[in-house]
Amino acid sequence: MEYEIKPHQKLNLGLKEIWLYREMLFFFTWRDIKVKYKQTALGFTWAIIQPVILMVLFSLAGAALNIPSETLPHPLFTYSALTLWMIFSTGLTNAGNSMLSNANIIRKIYFPRLIIPIASVLTALFDFFMAFIILIGMLIYYHDRITFDLSKMLLLFPISIIITVISTFGIGSLLAALTIKYRDFRYVTPYLVQILMFITPVIYPISIFHFTGAKYILAINPMYSAVELFRSGFNGQVLEFRLVGISLFFALLFFIVGIYYFRKTEAYFADLA
Amino acid sequence: MKPILEIKNISKKFRIQHNGQVYMSMRDSIASLFKRSTSSSEDFYALKDISFNVEQGECIGIIGKNGAGKSTLLKVLSRITPPTTGNIISRGRMASLLEVGTGFHPELTGRENVYLNGSILGMSRKEIQSKFDEIIDFSGTEKFLDTPLKFYSSGMQLRLAFSVAAFLEPEIMVIDEVLAVGDAEFQKKCIGKMEDVNKHGRTILFVSHDLNAVQSLCKKAILLKDGQISMTGESDTVINHYLHSGTFTSNNWIQKTELKHPHFKKIDVKLEGSQPCLKLMVNTTIKCFPEMQPSFIAFDIYSKLGSPLGQAIPNLEPFILPTVGTINIATEIELNGFIPGEYYMDAWIGPHFSETYDWQKECIEISIIDSPQKNRTYPHPPSHGFFVPPSKILYS
Repeated sequence: MEYEIKPHQKLNLGLKEIWLYREMLFFFTWRDIKVKYKQTALGFTWAIIQPVILMVLFSLAGAALNIPSETLPHPLFTYSALTLWMIFSTGLTNAGNSMLSNANIIRKIYFPRLIIPIASVLTALFDFFMAFIILIGMLIYYHDRITFDLSKMLLLFPISIIITVISTFGIGSLLAALTIKYRDFRYVTPYLVQILMFITPVIYPISIFHFTGAKYILAINPMYSAVELFRSGFNGQVLEFRLVGISLFFALLFFIVGIYYFRKTEAYFADLA
Repeated sequence: MKPILEIKNISKKFRIQHNGQVYMSMRDSIASLFKRSTSSSEDFYALKDISFNVEQGECIGIIGKNGAGKSTLLKVLSRITPPTTGNIISRGRMASLLEVGTGFHPELTGRENVYLNGSILGMSRKEIQSKFDEIIDFSGTEKFLDTPLKFYSSGMQLRLAFSVAAFLEPEIMVIDEVLAVGDAEFQKKCIGKMEDVNKHGRTILFVSHDLNAVQSLCKKAILLKDGQISMTGESDTVINHYLHSGTFTSNNWIQKTELKHPHFKKIDVKLEGSQPCLKLMVNTTIKCFPEMQPSFIAFDIYSKLGSPLGQAIPNLEPFILPTVGTINIATEIELNGFIPGEYYMDAWIGPHFSETYDWQKECIEISIIDSPQKNRTYPHPPSHGFFVPPSKILYS
């Protein structure tokens, strides 16, 4: 194995190197999952309890405030979006802080730095699969009130999960790189997540906006397409392709910009950490 | 065969902000977009044009004072921070040990931490699995394998950390001052393990303040000074040179700058008598001030490698009284029974043992050639200390 250490210059994704360090990625993810549920009596069940409690709250609020939920029963409407939303929100929060919380390792050992935000997103993905079990139960329970189409779900679920992961990872690594340089982002990230929650169709459908311009602005949110595609697996509605397209475009844009900025600045993380 | 490591013209520049914090806030960045930064900054070279080659199987010690650039060099070598200019070609798998127990997590058990730490240091899962029992054996923490690390004593944590590191098998190993921690016995065990590692043809780069460890472990040494290589060669030669390259090593030492507090202006030493009754005659010129408190002087003696051997205090009463101008003090220090070798001495002046006016470190160098025992034919190994207490047989 021969390699050269040079001043920082060229820019590439470094996928090959990440593949070389795949075991370390596994161990970082494994550590994050283990540590998260250490010394908790309920353990992994927390990954289910959190979205379930939010679902109950949002359904009650939805019923009280008479918020429409399109063709779906309200609990299923919110819970399906919440499972994806939890990947995004925990992934983003963890990835944003990940460089600082792993600073002691960054300062002492070399490895492709992207591994750390990837591990944060994978950890969030693990929680998702726990919460997904409940969703399957709900889909079966409500099967006669929804458009139950298995082949559509098998196609759209993976696609929307991939969109979620890509946008979480892109924005997450951007925040990670920004946080290590400007500590202000430690305070920005939680608010950003909260604000994004309100503009993502988790609690309400985007159809409550009658003004088309507002819809277009809300579609800049990459989570819009993920949630809409996910739900259209079983809600029997026609997708607003133009809005989904805009959202997908921004998901990719954030992904590219995030990784570009991360790779561009990562060489100096050890000096800044 | 090509060298396993080629280091070519490596420089590393840092920018020092004179009136700013280490990391920026966004406000600073935004502000600096609009106006020219008012904070003065200065470029500082931690490493300047470093070039050397390392052959396979070599063990090289890197020595130098604090701030000479040793740690920066290791960080560049282990790819943690990129060089500003220059390049390094490495032809082997490298593991860097800038710290033991990197990534240890207090909530995880001993077993889990061995896997995590091993992986962070670059071992594959298979490798860790196959060495797991040996690692635990070496650390002596079998009983606590499934206890979270936070319940370990700090000594146990350290032993576990060292044990993982000791079983690394990279082609090139970069080690920073890690041996400075840990109890003496365990340190010895680790040095032994490292020597084993080196015997198997592995290449080691070793940074340490412990010159004894460098001497016993490394054949070659590199001396860094102000970010540059000041000397390369046999470790004995380099260490010797390093010890002699202190700032004040002549036996006629003169303070050039004027200080505002009482201080030594000139120190003259002469070794008189012959073994075993050597006398060190020290003549000091001290600049005094009227505002000073009555003071006294002391001289600390150190071995060549820096172990303190003793302190000579000619008068315990503060006998130097406030005055204007300089005074001369002649002192005699008996060096009875000191074995041949190099010694260093500090000169100190102050009003009380807890307050210092001036402390000139290693300003005096003493070299003793003869043995204190006239007809002794065998050498004085350092393992028996630095002086031979006078002794005689009363009856037998």
